[in-house]
Amino acid sequence: MSQPFRLNKEGLINRNKKISFTFNGKKLFGYEGDTIASALIANGIHLVGRSFKYHRPRGFFGAGVEEPNAKLQVEFNGHSEPNVNATEMELVEGLSATSQNCWPSVNFDVGAINNFLKMFFPAGFYYKTFMWPKSFWYKIYEPFIRKAAGLGVASIEKDKERYEHKFEYCDLLVTGSGPSGLASAYAAAKNGAKVILAEDKPRFGGTLLTDDVSIDNLSGKDWAEKIISELKSMPNVTVKNRSQVFGYYDHNMLVMFERVSDHLEKKSKFTPRQRLWYIRAKETILSTGSIERPIVFGNNDTPGIFLSAAAKEYMKVYGVLVGKKPLIFTNNDSAYETALEFKKNNVEPTILDTREEHSSELIDEAKSKGIDIRFSHGVIVANGYKKVKSAKIGKLNKHKNSFDKIETVDCDCICVSGFWTPSVHLASQSGNKLKYEEKIDAFIPDKKKQQETSVGAANGSFTLEESLKHGFENGSNISAKITETKAEISIPNVNEKKYGAHDKFWCMPLPKNENPKRFVDFQNDVSVSDIEIALREGYRSIEHVKRYTTLGMATDQGRTSNLNGLQLVSNIENKIVPEVGHTTFRPPFTPITIGTIVGREVGMEYMPTRKTPMHEWHEKNNAVFVDAGAWKRPRYYKQGNETLFEASKREAKNVRENVGICDVTTLGKIDIKGPDAAEFLNRVYTNAWMKLPIGKARYGLMLREDGIVMDDGTTTRISENHYHMTTTTAQAANVLSHLEYYLQIVWPELNVNVVSTTEQWAGAAIAGPKSRDMLSKLYPDLDVSNDALPFMGYKESDFFGVPSRIFRISFSGELAYEINVKSDHGMFMWEKMMEVGKEFGNQPYGTEALSTLRIEMGHIAGPELDGRTIPSDVSLNGLVSKKKDFIGKNSLGREAFNVESRQKIVGLIPIDRKSSIPEGSHIVQDQNAKLPNPKLGHVSSSCWSVENNNPFSLAIMKDGKNMIGKKFFAVSPLKNKSIEVEVISSHYVDPEGKRVRS
Amino acid sequence: MLYIKCPYCGLRAQKEFSYGGDATVKRPNINEEVSSEDWDNFVYMRKSPRGKHIELWQHIAGCRQWIKVQRDTATHEIFQTAKVTEEIR
Ligand SMILES: [Zn+2]
Repeated sequence: MSQPFRLNKEGLINRNKKISFTFNGKKLFGYEGDTIASALIANGIHLVGRSFKYHRPRGFFGAGVEEPNAKLQVEFNGHSEPNVNATEMELVEGLSATSQNCWPSVNFDVGAINNFLKMFFPAGFYYKTFMWPKSFWYKIYEPFIRKAAGLGVASIEKDKERYEHKFEYCDLLVTGSGPSGLASAYAAAKNGAKVILAEDKPRFGGTLLTDDVSIDNLSGKDWAEKIISELKSMPNVTVKNRSQVFGYYDHNMLVMFERVSDHLEKKSKFTPRQRLWYIRAKETILSTGSIERPIVFGNNDTPGIFLSAAAKEYMKVYGVLVGKKPLIFTNNDSAYETALEFKKNNVEPTILDTREEHSSELIDEAKSKGIDIRFSHGVIVANGYKKVKSAKIGKLNKHKNSFDKIETVDCDCICVSGFWTPSVHLASQSGNKLKYEEKIDAFIPDKKKQQETSVGAANGSFTLEESLKHGFENGSNISAKITETKAEISIPNVNEKKYGAHDKFWCMPLPKNENPKRFVDFQNDVSVSDIEIALREGYRSIEHVKRYTTLGMATDQGRTSNLNGLQLVSNIENKIVPEVGHTTFRPPFTPITIGTIVGREVGMEYMPTRKTPMHEWHEKNNAVFVDAGAWKRPRYYKQGNETLFEASKREAKNVRENVGICDVTTLGKIDIKGPDAAEFLNRVYTNAWMKLPIGKARYGLMLREDGIVMDDGTTTRISENHYHMTTTTAQAANVLSHLEYYLQIVWPELNVNVVSTTEQWAGAAIAGPKSRDMLSKLYPDLDVSNDALPFMGYKESDFFGVPSRIFRISFSGELAYEINVKSDHGMFMWEKMMEVGKEFGNQPYGTEALSTLRIEMGHIAGPELDGRTIPSDVSLNGLVSKKKDFIGKNSLGREAFNVESRQKIVGLIPIDRKSSIPEGSHIVQDQNAKLPNPKLGHVSSSCWSVENNNPFSLAIMKDGKNMIGKKFFAVSPLKNKSIEVEVISSHYVDPEGKRVRS
Repeated sequence: MLYIKCPYCGLRAQKEFSYGGDATVKRPNINEEVSSEDWDNFVYMRKSPRGKHIELWQHIAGCRQWIKVQRDTATHEIFQTAKVTEEIR
């Protein structure tokens, strides 16, 4: 199988390694080092896709990131990826590529009818047509647009690949390894700076790989290789290919996308597919080069039309001819190099130069080689539907607005060059205010906001000599400021061809009565007439024109279309380009995969998992876990075929009747020490703390400054100046920050220190009427009687040889204790408790039973402390001191907090004593009332009361306790339920609180 | 991502900090009478300036100190950072 467009010798590909792949099902081969694009062109394939709006046939246009058309669906290494840029993706064995945005096939696309109905698809078409009637939107318009306009198809399979993130710091980041980038990196490296050099292509060297130049008597390519190998050998330099710096963020943070292994056929298990680098650079040198811009002409999107430099790159890097009968259409000298390259490979090009006859080093060389050059000429319209067959060309008149002569010439490709546009995306992203450089008809960086410097073509210098000089000088000067070392560097001698001036010509006029489409933006199908319409309809701001026409809004970010679009707008508006201004450049510069952004933060690694020291025991004993923040907590311990409901009922009932133990390690614990600790607590909590004796615990309520309850918990006085605070699991981190805020900022005069000890202690609650009996077995030498260890008492004692803390506190409302031991002893404590508790009927209980126990007791928790309730809303006004000041006190006097009808906590039971009330239900007077049905409150927590054997809920309700005895409906449209309920006290079980004190 | 100089730890990524609001707000003294207006101003009223602004940040994944950061709210430029006990002019 021969490749009809592959040259015999040229190129940097590895001809010893054939790689087979398929395109639209057809089996083909290329070589190692090919991109999908170069391999397809070598096989004579140009038609690769259909355009976005009109479904016109499209082929390759560029050879790298500038490519607007060749986006393929690619399957390789076991996954399918849409919108892959064929000019960037390297060929790997077994890869299979297919065209997208075409149906049923790229050769016959039903959607191409849009092309013939193009009068229906002008600028703003979607805005105008699909606006009304509104009801049509979901059913007719949207599905139609989606089907017609889709690009590739995202995979619905789980991505099995590995993606990584990396954080890096350096003195100097150099983005791009063309001549100016290499020179900068080299000079900085010699000064001892920590340098990262990033190159987006697989090969280093940029234009040195394709330009006919020499540096210090080496070819450009050889010089680049020499510099790169020297850089690689230096310990202070990191050199990365296949790495695109795509975003420039605040404070010199740049983000780079590295394609680590997409080009590898086989890779080891832990090799990531792609890697995202967050690079904090002291200084950045932007050597991003420039991108050739096209000249606009009729049917300029026909397959076979290339940027001239891309055609040269295909020959020089890949050994591939984009055609055998090329037309070179240019307004400047650089395309002559492409023509000479064709000639070198025995292909006869014809050059159409928009400039009048003149001479320059390159023109003279082309002439001397016998190349057919036609000055004052240009392509009017390309002929051929799926591939260029011929072109109607014209001799321009003096004013270049009509033609002296028109003729048709045969060709199989058109290589177009409209001069060069510096890639200023990163500079602009960094906040650099660009300026318009008349000399090159393009924007270049100007006033910088961050530590960045553009060099070489990115800065508008298009000669090698200038680029190298800028590179060496800037690399040396910028790094010397950081390293305070300046190594001697001699700038090498350069041999390059001198270019003449370019022609400020960017769009071919049309002959009378001819109106072929002239595209400005290929990827979004925006033509000259679309922009004309937008301006005719009154759009003036370039940002508005962009949005109305979608010019420059596709994934190629208008790399080849921006400046021509601006030229067009300024011509029509009779302005100059700098007055029109440019649109905003936004990251990412090139599309990157979602997988890379996510990195390793998937599945188990999405967030850290916090496990208590007893976790393994829970696992072994059939615990079903629930997430509590990052913690895993046993929700219930499943026995046999029990459901959650059955298990939690059993566990809760056992606590009420016998005794149960619960892992409470996750509660926030804060150690508070210092002579002013009592004063501090007195300010932090709403109740009084100055007289808490040593060895006693107290329940405390904490407010925010706006009077809303922040958290609740018990704090125990361990010794004179030492307190142990507990917080809810959810608020642990916030409470610590809150305390630190007041100690560090508001009352730095208080001599108090706080530190989190959550991880240091393992905790277990022992709850139930038999808990004291069990405790006395756990502490045979300790007096645990009600007198010796009363409610809210505290003792320290040995637990079978390990130190422990015993708190007599209760969340379940039963007689209860909490034991804390050092985390390392947690499992020992738990197993001992299970062993000793057997004779008392002890069972472990999970969070579901814990909730049941607290709800039926009327104890508040997260659902009641929802950031809207003040102490009196949850019946805790008894804890609010009238005598002293505390955080949030002044807010409690606000009028709205003291309205009698304010929503307050109540209990609810269903009238039928059977139907569970869904949490979140709204309480209404009349379940059939017209919507919006006036809401009287909401259900915050629900349980099945094991004490009374019927459902019970807590609710926050208007008029609070005044509603007791009345009947309402709890409605949950979400669960499609409406339950008649009666309002009762929120303290459903043991309202006097006798049990905890028994 | 901002690069914030903690006066205790040095330059660290924004990821390590949490934002804590306007640093120029002063809480009325504890145990002292305060008018409703002054209290409301302290709890609710905040300026939202474009430009220089002195803010509180906490080095939550570092030394846990609250610090002052003088930052331009429009450009994100950080002019100065300081301990909360120090003044930023
Ligand atoms: Zn710090």
